[in-house]
Amino acid sequence: MNNDYIRSLLEKGKRIDGRKLDEFRKIIIETNISKNAAGSARCKIGSTEVIVGVKFDMGEPYPDRTIIVTAELIPVASPDFELGPPGSKATELARIVDRGIRESKCIDFKKLCIKEGEKIWMVFIDIYPLNDDGNLVDASVLASLKALSEAKFPKIVDGRIDHENKTNNGLKLNKFPITTTMYKINGNILVDVNNKEEQVVDARLSVSIADGNIHALQKGGNASLSVEEITKMIDIAIKKEKELASFLK
Amino acid sequence: MSYTKRIDGRKFDEPRKMEAKIGVIPRADGSAMFKIGDTIAIAAVYGPRELHPKFLQNPEKGILRCNYDMASFSVPERKKPGPNRRSTEISMVTEKALLPVLDLNQFPNAVVDVFVEIVQANAGTRCAGITAASMALAHAGVPMRNLISAVSVGKVGDKIVIDLDKNEEDYEDGATDIPVAMTGNHEITLLQLDGEVTKDELLKALELAKKGCSEIDKFQRKALKEFYKGVKDE
Repeated sequence: MNNDYIRSLLEKGKRIDGRKLDEFRKIIIETNISKNAAGSARCKIGSTEVIVGVKFDMGEPYPDRTIIVTAELIPVASPDFELGPPGSKATELARIVDRGIRESKCIDFKKLCIKEGEKIWMVFIDIYPLNDDGNLVDASVLASLKALSEAKFPKIVDGRIDHENKTNNGLKLNKFPITTTMYKINGNILVDVNNKEEQVVDARLSVSIADGNIHALQKGGNASLSVEEITKMIDIAIKKEKELASFLK
Repeated sequence: MSYTKRIDGRKFDEPRKMEAKIGVIPRADGSAMFKIGDTIAIAAVYGPRELHPKFLQNPEKGILRCNYDMASFSVPERKKPGPNRRSTEISMVTEKALLPVLDLNQFPNAVVDVFVEIVQANAGTRCAGITAASMALAHAGVPMRNLISAVSVGKVGDKIVIDLDKNEEDYEDGATDIPVAMTGNHEITLLQLDGEVTKDELLKALELAKKGCSEIDKFQRKALKEFYKGVKDE
């Protein structure tokens, strides 16, 4: 019933909450939401809410091990989330966030060096949705980028980390790899679907863009996408990059 | 050495500054945030809803299921995501702390799920979680005979104090932590202790817990009333 209503409204170019197809809900970003994190942020898109905390730990240099992104779809956030180890949805979410950050090289990885060839900072980015009203990916990326850019390294005392005392040095991000997810419903292309719309999505494409360059793509959903649709989606993502990045400045 | 002045300057019977907010998780059937000092707990209630797997169902009445979890970044050293022995035990005692005031007779075969997430930790997290969960249950409309309020009391150095913070828990001359939860009529539903106290000290601490819980109970009621007042005005 509701699903048919969403589809029939879309035929007239309308959405259930009155937004335009390419219009985001209100975005609010807050920082320092958890004092024990090296950096933390909250991103609300409409009533979707995600919190992210960044932590540092010392490790040995190893390819691919410097940033570790984890998402926990805790059952606080939705009646559909269950307790237990991360499933495919949580893993995909974390990996989309990971790829955008990693491939855009927005982190100056040299800054993660403590002692060349011996000790480096490992960066843990932990994502917790608190309320899932759709489009968790875009909210998670915004919160992660904000938490990363706020993060300060802890002090090192006698070779050990003093997590309770932060330095003033942090990771300056040299760009923001913004991810916009486009959703296809009955041939229409939408951004920022809410939970009700998400139920009827046929296919989706998450596009991570920094300074106009594409750094990560993830196609999801059961239906296919044509090259024309993908072209249209990329054009929207390029436009949205600037709009969403403005919330991080 | 006598503990003459609390590290953060509070009186011995003074809890940290509190904040409470109802309805913080729109998708949940009931939810609340409770902040005490630098400890922040969020509780979400889902249900009564159908319980799976079916063999867990009770045809006589609904069951309560609680889960306590800390965000990995809520503590100084990153906590590995997922449950551990500590959180499993706290989930269980949270359930036992809340159950005595709930009336689940109308909900055979159903479950009421309570999920507590600690977003920021500075001691007293299980008590903050229980206090938040009690408000979330009320917000969800689950029939309750009373609210539950929780606070930790204990001994720091030679003094009986309420609502120990992290610095006090780690006090060099020793600290005993006693998490307590009780109903509005001071029926105790959670009681744990680790450390060392005499019987007299314990009784004194429980008196302090009563006083603190009454204060928290008032605070919870005020938050709930304010929330519903808002609804009426809209």
